[in-house]
Amino acid sequence: MNILIALTIIGVIAMLSEILRFRKVLYPLALTGLAAGLVLCALEWGSNIRYFHDMMFMDNYAIAFSMVMIGTTFIWFLLNPAYLRNHEHEADYTALITFSLAGAVVMVSFADLTMLFLGIEILSIAMYIMAASNKMELRSNESGFKYFMLGAFATGFLLFGIALIYGVTGTFNLQELAGFVSANKANLPGMFYAGLLLMIVGLTFKISAAPFHFWAPDVYEGAPTPVTAYMATVVKTAAFAAFLRLFMTCFSGIADWWAPMLAIFSAISMLAGNILAVYQKSLKRMLAYSSISHAGYMLMAIVAMNQNSDGALLLYTAAYAIGSISIFTLLVSMTTNGNEMINSLRGFSSVNKIPAILITITMLSLAGIPPVAGIFAKYYVFLSAIESGYTWLVLVGVLSSLIGVYYYFRIIIAMFQPADRESTQIQFSNSQNVVLWLTVILSLILGFMPGFLTGSI
Amino acid sequence: MLSLLMLLLPLVGMLLIRMVSDKKSAARVALLLSFLPLAATIWHATMFDPNGGMQFVFDKWWVESMGISFKVGMDGLSLLMVLLTNVLVPIIIFSTFDRDIVDFKNFYSLIFLMQFALVGVFTSLDGFLFYIFWELALLPIWFICLLWGGADRIRITLKFFIYTLSGSLFMLVALIYLYLQTPLPHTFSLDSFYELALTPSQQGWIFWGFFLAFAIKIPIFPLHTWQPDTYTNAPTQGTMLLSGIMLKMGLYGIIRWMVPVIPAGIAEWAWLAMGLSVVGIVYASAMAIAQKDFKRLIAYSSIAHVGLIAAGIFSMNMMGMQGAVFQMLSHGVNAVGLFFIADILIDRYGNREMKDMGGIAHVSSPFAITFTIILLGSVALPLTNGFIGEFMLLNGVFQYSGWLALFAGLTVIFGAVYMLRAYQRIMLGEAGEASKSFKALTSNEKILLYIIVALVIVNGVYPKPLLDIAGPSLSAILAKAGVVSM
Repeated sequence: MNILIALTIIGVIAMLSEILRFRKVLYPLALTGLAAGLVLCALEWGSNIRYFHDMMFMDNYAIAFSMVMIGTTFIWFLLNPAYLRNHEHEADYTALITFSLAGAVVMVSFADLTMLFLGIEILSIAMYIMAASNKMELRSNESGFKYFMLGAFATGFLLFGIALIYGVTGTFNLQELAGFVSANKANLPGMFYAGLLLMIVGLTFKISAAPFHFWAPDVYEGAPTPVTAYMATVVKTAAFAAFLRLFMTCFSGIADWWAPMLAIFSAISMLAGNILAVYQKSLKRMLAYSSISHAGYMLMAIVAMNQNSDGALLLYTAAYAIGSISIFTLLVSMTTNGNEMINSLRGFSSVNKIPAILITITMLSLAGIPPVAGIFAKYYVFLSAIESGYTWLVLVGVLSSLIGVYYYFRIIIAMFQPADRESTQIQFSNSQNVVLWLTVILSLILGFMPGFLTGSI
Repeated sequence: MLSLLMLLLPLVGMLLIRMVSDKKSAARVALLLSFLPLAATIWHATMFDPNGGMQFVFDKWWVESMGISFKVGMDGLSLLMVLLTNVLVPIIIFSTFDRDIVDFKNFYSLIFLMQFALVGVFTSLDGFLFYIFWELALLPIWFICLLWGGADRIRITLKFFIYTLSGSLFMLVALIYLYLQTPLPHTFSLDSFYELALTPSQQGWIFWGFFLAFAIKIPIFPLHTWQPDTYTNAPTQGTMLLSGIMLKMGLYGIIRWMVPVIPAGIAEWAWLAMGLSVVGIVYASAMAIAQKDFKRLIAYSSIAHVGLIAAGIFSMNMMGMQGAVFQMLSHGVNAVGLFFIADILIDRYGNREMKDMGGIAHVSSPFAITFTIILLGSVALPLTNGFIGEFMLLNGVFQYSGWLALFAGLTVIFGAVYMLRAYQRIMLGEAGEASKSFKALTSNEKILLYIIVALVIVNGVYPKPLLDIAGPSLSAILAKAGVVSM
């Protein structure tokens, strides 16, 4: 709870900084604020307090995911001083990002469907603006517009679903809802299932899993690269954590009805995302497709719906966020050069020896190769899926991760090739180097001691 | 604790070699550093008791909540495999002495990293740890092939990587399945896998998960298609690592992780696995006869040899197992020797075409003599190391099925055909222009060839010590599989 207040204060301060003219200190202020937020969050560990007449519930699940997201945002700020500084809207951007983070925290700690909806909206509206924030650029405008139209539509579905479920059960509260479902498991009316289906559509859109993924590549590609980085990491984590929280609390009893459907979504996401990523020449678009495929893997944790699901999802989102941030560091520098093509990376390692090795390590993590975080994340989702009897889904996951290796390794190979005509010089700033080191250290820590995350919830 | 020390020594080498900046001394320092793990292994061997079961065990929880422990240890089988690795790595490093290696620091670091992973594979006693090392071994060799490989390396190395990775992911699924069958709290420990009571149909499925991983690595026909290109395209040291040690990971995996854990699965599918191995022997031998490129010829001959080893293991009797282990060691030594000879030829001629060579025997007799002996080891002439292994293997296969043994025996005949033909084309006949100016062997090259020749002959004449080390642990493994051995 304290963290929500802290984040709101940071956001308000950020907005005031423009008026009161202390914009110069805003960046360090935001970083300190987030670091303090991380501590505040950690202090609430194990307290399990319910707030606002049981509208929010700060259990360990909420705190763990909040910490992952706040940590990611902290690294995001470290990564993007240039992006924030070089725009006249630094204050606005800082405020919007912090507000959307506040929305994300609400999304992982809700105990009431209205709060879920509010959280999603707080997060999304800020992101619609951020996607279109490069307003002189046509593609950025397109991205923001597309994201807004489709996002609003999906939220409509979600809201309609919530309304139908309210119509059946007469409550928004997760606990009461769970009680209702388990009491009337055998004779739930069709309206309930219709509502559930609509909610699944809305949430699947938010996590950009197939078959509701078509917005993602265009939005990711058009948005300014730092914003894409934020969408691919924090927004995705929040959406998944909300999805799992809702289904684990309320609908795990009727998993037989929805899990097969989500299993198919998961299989299509993994295959479609990975296969389409192979054909991309632009690194940014490739990452968009790869994020769809990762959504498929994370969906596996929800499909499995057993005692391992939350640990698996937490580890996966953390590993994925860390890996993505690292490769987005590269992408941000490439965007500065105006060339996002994978081929332009040739010769990268001859100039940037150490960054090339660091990026290779995180790339291995994303591809799921030991001994870095990714393999444990994959292993853990596979484990919980097999435990729930979805061996076929795991086999699909295995096959599609082979395709994933192909395109991740294309980047590694490109980096270690000699330079040619298409190569561009890429320079890393100090803070970007720090981010790279940080992500590698974190992925190695998660690779060698995954237990401290998965065992925590 | 001791085995942990031995495991970590290559990593020490990997870090220390980065501090050397001069190319010439780097090779020497790398050689010295590679003696450390070898010395440790010999030290272990002196303390080793063949009848003592698993020894030098180091066991600590790694991720306790998931039942993953860091458990390493050695029985006779592991000890021999570790010995093979730690003997061959100094030889492989020695083979770089008179060669110009670009970016040598990374090259030696990757070799040491590879050594670390290989020793890890051969000593781990925890399923997950085994998997981690198994995958880790793939990375350095991939980089070695990618950064120092031949012309078409990008396509070939990517195929190699994805091919082998696909197998290992299926193994991961099989391991997870086994893990979930263990009583609560689940563990990945090998000992707990022994206790499992699995139905034959379960074992059949698990068989395929493991078999894909191991068969691709070995490689067994028809999963071998990555191998000839990769071997030919890799730098010599990479090929030596691949054929000398890395493919033994697959064979070792079958003995350690399949035979005692899923004997019924093997019993059900052994006919197919052995059939494929034997088809592979005939096919690869025929392919080897047709090759014009010497390195490619050795690559195909390697498929034939390991096919026989795999068939010997799947015959599930003591003779086959003993032969397999002995032949794994012999093949490691012989393959490294042959690839080193290929490397010398490439260095002198600038290409690998056998038609451009010929008559070298008139020019360089040390080369001719050593080549002859290594070649005879490879075609399994009595008194060489190859003979002991192949004889026992054929004996083991014969106990399973006489017909299979008949076809498997073709490997010896075909082996003689392609090897002697190759020898004839390269070494005999009139010396052409290129051969007349054949640069004499350097002293380093001579020393290396003599070492390999010594290994070939000593093991061929007196194989008993190695067989004695392996024997008790193999009969223990077979006993777990329900096979009573002599």
